[in-house]
Amino acid sequence: MTSKFRTKKVEVSYGDKKAIRDISLDIEKNIITALIGPSGCGKSTFLRCLNRMNDVIENCSIKGSIHLDEQDIYGPDIDPVELRARVGMVFQKANPFPKSIFDNIAYGPRIHGLASNDSELKDIVHNSLEKAGLMDEVKDRLNDQATGLSGGQQQRICIARAIAVSPEVILMDEPCSALDPIATAKIEELMNELSESYTIIIVTHSMQQAARVSKKTAFFHLGDLIEYNDTDKIFTQPENQKTQDYITGRFG
Amino acid sequence: MTLPLSFVFFVLLGLSVYFYYHAKSGIVRKAALFSDRTKALPSHYGQQSFLWAFIPSLLILLVLTIGGPNYIDQIFYNKIQELNPTFNESFVSLILAKVINVSNGKISTGEENIIMLAKDYKIAFEQLHFYRGLVVILCAALLGMIISYRQKPGSNAREQVEKFIVNIFFASAVIAIFTTVAIILSLFFEALRFFNLYNFFDFIFGLHWAPNVAIRTDQVAAEGSFGMIPVLLGTLLISFIAMCVAIPIGLLSAIYLAEFATPKIRDFVKPTLEILAGIPTVVYGYFAALTAAPFFREIGFSLGLDVSSESAIAAGAVMGIMIIPFISSLSDDVIRAVPQSLRDGSMGLGATKAETIYIVILPAAIPGLVGAVLLAVSRAIGETMIVVMAAGLSANLTVNPLESVTTVTVQIVSLLTGDTEFDDIKTLSAFGLGLALFFFTLLLNIFALSISRRLAERYD
Repeated sequence: MTSKFRTKKVEVSYGDKKAIRDISLDIEKNIITALIGPSGCGKSTFLRCLNRMNDVIENCSIKGSIHLDEQDIYGPDIDPVELRARVGMVFQKANPFPKSIFDNIAYGPRIHGLASNDSELKDIVHNSLEKAGLMDEVKDRLNDQATGLSGGQQQRICIARAIAVSPEVILMDEPCSALDPIATAKIEELMNELSESYTIIIVTHSMQQAARVSKKTAFFHLGDLIEYNDTDKIFTQPENQKTQDYITGRFG
Repeated sequence: MTLPLSFVFFVLLGLSVYFYYHAKSGIVRKAALFSDRTKALPSHYGQQSFLWAFIPSLLILLVLTIGGPNYIDQIFYNKIQELNPTFNESFVSLILAKVINVSNGKISTGEENIIMLAKDYKIAFEQLHFYRGLVVILCAALLGMIISYRQKPGSNAREQVEKFIVNIFFASAVIAIFTTVAIILSLFFEALRFFNLYNFFDFIFGLHWAPNVAIRTDQVAAEGSFGMIPVLLGTLLISFIAMCVAIPIGLLSAIYLAEFATPKIRDFVKPTLEILAGIPTVVYGYFAALTAAPFFREIGFSLGLDVSSESAIAAGAVMGIMIIPFISSLSDDVIRAVPQSLRDGSMGLGATKAETIYIVILPAAIPGLVGAVLLAVSRAIGETMIVVMAAGLSANLTVNPLESVTTVTVQIVSLLTGDTEFDDIKTLSAFGLGLALFFFTLLLNIFALSISRRLAERYD
């Protein structure tokens, strides 16, 4: 197993308040890793460090090191804009742009110049929709507003939009928290398929979801990484008492 | 005994407040008596009593205060006329005025009749004030007692109070609409008088504006010509120049403020920009006339251009500066209202900040931005003081910004200021211009609304 991300002693603070401290973990390539923990435990903060989305937030400071394929992503020669093209992100609330479905998917390829002509662009859009399992549902209305789709479809548009840039890693921040069980099942199925070719890191509040989709799970609590292991281990024989308490529903 | 207005009002208010507390505690007692729960909160019963006691009595007070004196004047007018059947109307009015002044002690007179009448007049007023106070206070007391008698724990006071509040909101909205309608109607009828004297089509398509007509019949003067095209073109030219200044600067500063500025810079720049909006337009006017106009003239001179000392470009540019804060402040709010999730989505795909702004934020903000620009255009078209001082009065049919032009508003000012007769074609033409201006801005609004609807990218 090769590591995609290698983080060492990562510490993030917003102003004086420390959100996470001393997080060191390696994330393996082409599997799904789940980050679980109660609200405010820092799992989303950690996720946003991996593509430097925290840069946008004011008075947020980051210590420690994060390496993507042996390259320090906080190094001086790294352009966060290029990094985010390699490490895509899907958010908690589906946030399609108020544009047509086609323009939504084509957004990334256009800004990164991935297609040299219209037919290439079309191919990328079609492939991405195909991979996101959306093609059959939207093929007749690519020019309709993406905001008119259902919540689950909108979230899959966002996944397709992320895939279209051909990232190496996809970060997902509670992608199913606003969806019903059927839409959730579709997205989980999609994640499974995608994990063959992408490294996926997902933050989730649903322990069942973590157990269903992920291969490895990290449990965060109050800004600390409590336990990080194979998902099977975490859910059947956790080593730490806190993990045990959380997954059995004693707190959180 | 005299009951002055303020005294009556405060007694009424005090009485109503008394009924508020009376009903509030009364309903609790009644509920306890029937061992029942009140249907609404006790304070709702209090409010209901307050409204019953206060509002009708207040209306009576208003009617008597406004209508009473007129009624007394009418009685005395008739009395004077009866005593002196030979007097004509204006003379009777004159005597009435004298009576009123004597009764107020403003003037004194030796005429017995007038002094008698003045005494009667004074007594009549005292009686009016006395009965006004009596009626208002009795009415409040009566209604307050009736409602507190009728209030039962099961009666729903909240519904009535809330209905009343809704009606207040409705009345406020209606007042605004009525005022608008009244303004339009007054404009319309005055304009109609103008079009009786002057051909409508000659007015809207005429290319020559020269409102100089003979003031006296024996004066020799050219016949006035009222073609509004040059004036309207002047308005459009100056507004266009103003927008050329205001839209780019306003929008770009809004984007900077909303997307790039740190809070510290923002807290300094935004209020500073808004100071521009607080400067009186007269000040802008002399800035345009004394500073901007010579500035443009010298630049033009050094380039070998002949710039008129009252040029459209000076007035337009200064007007544009005046409008910047409107556009920047409104656009800043609109841009910041675009959800953060769209920004995150775009940044998460590896878009730069500039790409995010151009491709995602601005299209999503378009309806609001169009609104901001529209408001600014309306400001520019209706702006008067700057153009009065800096643009000139000569109605040149030109689109050359270096020449002097005149605008609709300037013409209206020059036609209506000073000694004017309101049945004169020259004066009435101002209303024609006003109506034209009104319709023009109306069309502009409709046009801009339809555009923004077509461009709108809806987000939720």
